[in-house]
Amino acid sequence: MNQKNDWAKYIIVFFITVALFAIAGGLSNFFTDKKVENIKTVQARLATDILSSETQFSLLSELSCKQVDGEDTLSAELNDIADKIAYSEKNLKANEEITDLKKYYSILEIKDYLLTKKINQKCGNQRVPVLYFYTTADNCTECTKQGFVLTELRTKYPNVRVYSFDYSLDLSALKALTHIYKIEDTKLPALVIDEQVNTGFQDTATLEKKYPKLFKIKKDTPLVVPIKKTVEPEVKVDTNTTPVDSNVN
Amino acid sequence: MEFLTIVFYFLTFLAVYVQVFFLVTFFEKRKDINIRKEDIELDHYPKVSVIVPCYNEEKTLDNTINSLLSMNYPKDRLEILIVDDGSKDGTWDQALKYKDHPQIKIFHKENGGKHTALNLGLENVTGEFVGCLDADSTVHPETLKRIITFFSNPETMAVAPSIVIRDPKTLLQYAQRAEYDMAHYNKKMLAFLDGIHVTPGPFSIFRKKVFDTIGPYRKAHHTEDQEIALRMHTHNMKIDHCPDGYVYTGSPSTIPKLYRQRVRWMYGFIKNATDYRSLFFKPRYGTIGMFTLPSGFISITGTMFLLVFTGINIYKYIIHKILQISTVGLNMSTGNIFSVDLFFINTQAVIFISIMLYMLVIAALVNGRMMIAGRRILSWDILLFIIIYSVIAPFWLIKAVWNAVTHREASWTGERDVLISNPNK
Repeated sequence: MNQKNDWAKYIIVFFITVALFAIAGGLSNFFTDKKVENIKTVQARLATDILSSETQFSLLSELSCKQVDGEDTLSAELNDIADKIAYSEKNLKANEEITDLKKYYSILEIKDYLLTKKINQKCGNQRVPVLYFYTTADNCTECTKQGFVLTELRTKYPNVRVYSFDYSLDLSALKALTHIYKIEDTKLPALVIDEQVNTGFQDTATLEKKYPKLFKIKKDTPLVVPIKKTVEPEVKVDTNTTPVDSNVN
Repeated sequence: MEFLTIVFYFLTFLAVYVQVFFLVTFFEKRKDINIRKEDIELDHYPKVSVIVPCYNEEKTLDNTINSLLSMNYPKDRLEILIVDDGSKDGTWDQALKYKDHPQIKIFHKENGGKHTALNLGLENVTGEFVGCLDADSTVHPETLKRIITFFSNPETMAVAPSIVIRDPKTLLQYAQRAEYDMAHYNKKMLAFLDGIHVTPGPFSIFRKKVFDTIGPYRKAHHTEDQEIALRMHTHNMKIDHCPDGYVYTGSPSTIPKLYRQRVRWMYGFIKNATDYRSLFFKPRYGTIGMFTLPSGFISITGTMFLLVFTGINIYKYIIHKILQISTVGLNMSTGNIFSVDLFFINTQAVIFISIMLYMLVIAALVNGRMMIAGRRILSWDILLFIIIYSVIAPFWLIKAVWNAVTHREASWTGERDVLISNPNK
């Protein structure tokens, strides 16, 4: 028997396999783009919502402490984006676009944080903003643990709003924030609660003990404290009054 | 990209390449796959000798001999040699029942391993063609005639049959049935490429001159059916495959039995392929060296790698969970586990590649079943095969590699209640 090798076939099959891999890569890229678009859409909505909240607050602040609408939606959206960005960082290929989205998200967080602080100043501590600084640069196990604690706190106390910031992110607004609170990358994770900086891992019990006044509104407790209705001056109309006949001469 | 991911992609590329190679061959040659439903007649019935080596097979020997005697083949042209390899049960008493049968010769010898029983048979055959049938297998009445038709090509030196699982009962046996279907497909494609690397114990038929030329069977790490095929390739001898030459064989019914059998097969493959490493990447030996043996090693490496890769991911997940539980206890909210946001569906390239690979494997399984049943059937066996083999195959591969590295031979006689044929590897 003459052994023969069908070299053409080996080569054709090679190219077919390459084509299959290219199709797989193409499909993956297509869906990655869709996911990035999805994050952008949610972020755009979030930006509008924050702007709307700010405007609403400005309009109403002169009159009452009425709860600014859409707070819970905002919180949900912030978490939704956080989850999606975290997932994308882990599962999608390293992408400038994802980093940009993360930066934008951080800015939105800062804006929302400032707004929350304003609401709190005006109306008392209804929301508990928690700034959380972590790092993805090193393998930070303490940061992972801190993440678990914050998720637990958020679930346990719906009035807690966590703003997570990746310390390694190159963003000037974030640098300003870390500068204000003197956050150092060697002391991560770091939490800012009630204007106090807590460095290193903090477990749930420690935080609850340290801030008993802040962590008090448990789940299933109505978050919105009933606010006294503003009484509008009544305009009395005396129906017995004889109308003035303007036509009386 | 991590190193492990690069290795993963490389091995997956090779795995896809192998399956595409088979599929292209299938489309190229599918018209040459002849599944005969009707009885056939030959112009000439050459004399065939079938050796039945036995070791502790008193329960199954009768069935095997009866199926051979019931074949549609002229009685005077078929010779059966029962060789008892020093059985400790009543096998020899069973064999003695046939001592006066005109078609049957019986032999008894000290236990020396299957290859010695086969060689004793080879010394006493008178046929122009020689076959072997393990004593736990039976044959379809038309199989021998169908196989003999392949020898109309004077270059063909051996023909492998299609091995079918007999009466599957357990889920594991149904999974094996799917695996054997894929083996038919792979073997037929390799036959088209002159790259078959095993002439299975159950009813592979050889021209007698094969043994006259290259010598008798060798111990060959208890997989003499692989060794003889590789030795034939070193002499450029053609091995074909008869897709409608059915042989029915028993199969391991439990995972430990299957595990022992597969460790032996894989060990045999690794050792024999290592012994015949001179075939690797030598164009003069054709497909066997350029494709079959390398793809066997790719398959072993890939499966083991996948186990390590999956193991690392499971380990990471467990560590993450331990960290979570040790930090906040078990009262953790499950979060969005049940949310159906399409965003979180994994759309990495590896997912699409895996889907493609599974589709190619399913195509192989369906095409293999078509060769047996004559029509395309999508059965549940395929799902069972994929699930069960994905979990347990890496373990026998690792054990076989470990044994090969540490020179621990698997025992053939130690698994006598287990199927001793090797249909696919």
